[in-house]
Amino acid sequence: MSWLSLFLGEKKQTASIAKDRLQIILAHERSGRHASEPDYLPQLQRELIAVISKYVHVNPGDIRVNLERQDNLEVLEVKIELPEKQR
Amino acid sequence: MSKIVVVTSGKGGVGKTTTSASFAAGLALKGFKTVVIDFDVGLRNLDLIMGCERRVVYDFINVIHQEANLNQALIKDKQCEGLYVLAASQTRDKDALSQEGVERVLNDLAGMGFDYIVCDSPAGIETGALMAMHYADEALVVTNPEVSSVRDSDRILGMLSSKTRRAIEGREAIKEHLLITRYNPNRVQEGQMLSLQDIQDILRIPLIGVIPESETVLQASNQGLPAVHMQGTEVSEAYKDVIERFLGQERTLRFVDAQKPSLLKRLFGR
Repeated sequence: MSWLSLFLGEKKQTASIAKDRLQIILAHERSGRHASEPDYLPQLQRELIAVISKYVHVNPGDIRVNLERQDNLEVLEVKIELPEKQR
Repeated sequence: MSKIVVVTSGKGGVGKTTTSASFAAGLALKGFKTVVIDFDVGLRNLDLIMGCERRVVYDFINVIHQEANLNQALIKDKQCEGLYVLAASQTRDKDALSQEGVERVLNDLAGMGFDYIVCDSPAGIETGALMAMHYADEALVVTNPEVSSVRDSDRILGMLSSKTRRAIEGREAIKEHLLITRYNPNRVQEGQMLSLQDIQDILRIPLIGVIPESETVLQASNQGLPAVHMQGTEVSEAYKDVIERFLGQERTLRFVDAQKPSLLKRLFGR
């Protein structure tokens, strides 16, 4: 830095911005890379449909099984849409 | 048993070939019989960095296609005993590399008693880069303290753990080493460059060394001399430390702390 930069102001510290940006984009890219669906998901989905169909009439498309990863946490989400009650 | 080491990075221009040359020369200086192979088919440059460009008659692709044998294609280094170079082809393209061909050449080199086979990967994530890493036992991931290089290194780490032979066969994973090159401690201290700690936090693989940014590298390549031979320079010393750590020795990091500028420099700038 020269005496001139004292008048013009310090250069902006940008390394921390770089680190933050990298951590965000890489978390995103890594999740796309490793988190391919575990192979039991389709089987789980079929069996869930079988069990639920015993009690309620549902279409296979009304049951969705999803696995999400956030950092070290894995969330298995099962979404079942029940048909509207026939009154 | 020979050990296969890939020097890779994803991004171009970060110092893969410089590192391959110095790493291979450093291993040979320690007495290991070493060969360094240029996988950058169509854009060969390792021969220039090693200073043997006028002695290339047959290349890696000739050997793969059995147009020449290894003894004809291996170029003996003039600086150090026990070091050989296998140049890339300048006229063919990357599709000339076949996986079976690469495997056969690597096996033949192992049969010739080489201790280390250093594979200088091309940039990118295409055939050449995949072939260079496929049979590796260890990997040097060369990274600059800069966003695009770090991101590409992360991508390459993903490929090392999924697309290589060790990954496919479910064997022990490739041993990965982070090598940071073009590091400028003063700029890090000013908060303008990712620190080695930042890069380690992001990539999360063990650090094998830090090569400072230096004009030595250009001086070395101008002369066709691996930078490790530039006696007394920081770059040469840093590469020698890398070799020692690779061989299992403890070495404290050097050339990673900012130098205080002198009073004159502080007054008048760089």
